[in-house]
Amino acid sequence: MRAKIEVRGISKTFPTRRGPLAVLDDISFSVGEGEFVAIIGPSGCGKSTLLGVLAGFEKADRGEVSVDGEPVREPRRTGIFIFQQPSLFPWLNLEGNLVFGLNGASPEERRRLVAHYISLVGLEGFEHAFPYQLSGGMQQRAELARALMVRPEILYMDEPFGALDALTRLRMRAELLRILSRERHTVLLVTHDVEEALHLADRVLLLSPRPAQIQTVIDVTLPRPRLLSGPALLELKASILKELGIGEVAEGAV
Amino acid sequence: MFSPDRRWLAALAPVALLFIVWHVAVVASQSLIFPTPWQVIVGLVELARQGLLIKHVVASLFRVTYGYLLAAALAIPVGMLMGWFATAHTLLNPLVQGLRPISPIAWIPLAILWFGVGDLSPIFLIFLSSFFPMVVGTAAGVMTIDKKLLRAATNFEFTGFRLFRSVVLPAALPQIVIGMRIGLGVAWLVVVAAEMIAVNSGLGYLIIDSRNAGNRYDLVVAGMVTIGVIGFLLDGLMRRLERLDEVRWRYET
Repeated sequence: MRAKIEVRGISKTFPTRRGPLAVLDDISFSVGEGEFVAIIGPSGCGKSTLLGVLAGFEKADRGEVSVDGEPVREPRRTGIFIFQQPSLFPWLNLEGNLVFGLNGASPEERRRLVAHYISLVGLEGFEHAFPYQLSGGMQQRAELARALMVRPEILYMDEPFGALDALTRLRMRAELLRILSRERHTVLLVTHDVEEALHLADRVLLLSPRPAQIQTVIDVTLPRPRLLSGPALLELKASILKELGIGEVAEGAV
Repeated sequence: MFSPDRRWLAALAPVALLFIVWHVAVVASQSLIFPTPWQVIVGLVELARQGLLIKHVVASLFRVTYGYLLAAALAIPVGMLMGWFATAHTLLNPLVQGLRPISPIAWIPLAILWFGVGDLSPIFLIFLSSFFPMVVGTAAGVMTIDKKLLRAATNFEFTGFRLFRSVVLPAALPQIVIGMRIGLGVAWLVVVAAEMIAVNSGLGYLIIDSRNAGNRYDLVVAGMVTIGVIGFLLDGLMRRLERLDEVRWRYET
């Protein structure tokens, strides 16, 4: 697999009132074209910061990120970031939000893309609805559709389903897998949900507590569609929770 | 609580009550000089017949329009600069916050000194009075833009003027409209005061002249009622702006 994203020796320190706070410590990895990589780690370990650096929103103190061999210096439309809180433009209706990032497409092309992605995320009939008229799950679908509209090569997802209720979260995961099976993207997903990571990713990077280093890399070779209650997945989950230091709690053996 | 067609009735009831109490009070006090509501209405009709009412209303509205539009044309760009650039905020905010609490009425002597007796003085005072609410509203609107939205726009490679037009302006618009509504309200308050001193037309002049020329308190109150009605209509107009799709999102959860 060709390396799409190359991360070399990323370190970052935040100045705080109580002195410098090292957040990322010499992180290196690469992501293949079309690969789905999940980044998990204890809360506050710097995984969101890492994703921000990868997408070009934040600068690393040391190290370099490159996409297709080109160093990343600022956010690009070839890699779209999806937040936990939807960031739809509230003054635009769904259609307006979807075409927001389009450059120089003809009106017919716009219409075709809007129709395609609205149906892909299952929001038919809501073209003229404003974000505040949509539920949280629908907003997150719209956010995904808006990202896909510009045909990005990479999706950076920072706990994209974290603000949704458990049922919607499950449904959104399935939707994401369905969409990715049709339109392959390279995906980086930050999550604190081990099950979510194992459900979705080809590879899981487990970060250590702050300053974050890559503690373990888990190749998830389970066949798809993955059974959440299958023994292989549960076994992996248990081993990751153990790595996170909460294995006993998770197994109920307190 | 009230059905839409009853709402008008409900809003008019307290007004009717005020008129009744007012009438009774005037009659009971046997005042020779303070008018009853009916005398005020007669006064209004008299002013309208003589063409004075429309003349004064137009004079006041003309001054408000000029002063207000001038203020908006300057305040919105300045507010945007202050909201967007920290340096502009540091430089200008103390000045704005220091000038803002000075009542426009206090500027009347200076206005007359600089612009003399004529239209320019009240226009200047209206400009001053509506400038500050619009600067403050616009700056606050830009400063409180949801950072997520700016991040998303940056991700789509929006920068410079494109970012400003597509995100900053629409995101700040509801706050700008609030500033414009407050500014117009203040402008309408101030035009009356300015016209009592600096000019010889307009509703403020009508009021002070009616008192000075023969204690026509029926016309004084008629002028006040006209000011109230027009102010109410202006505010209603601005409230309509707040219901536009471009603005309404701010009030929806």
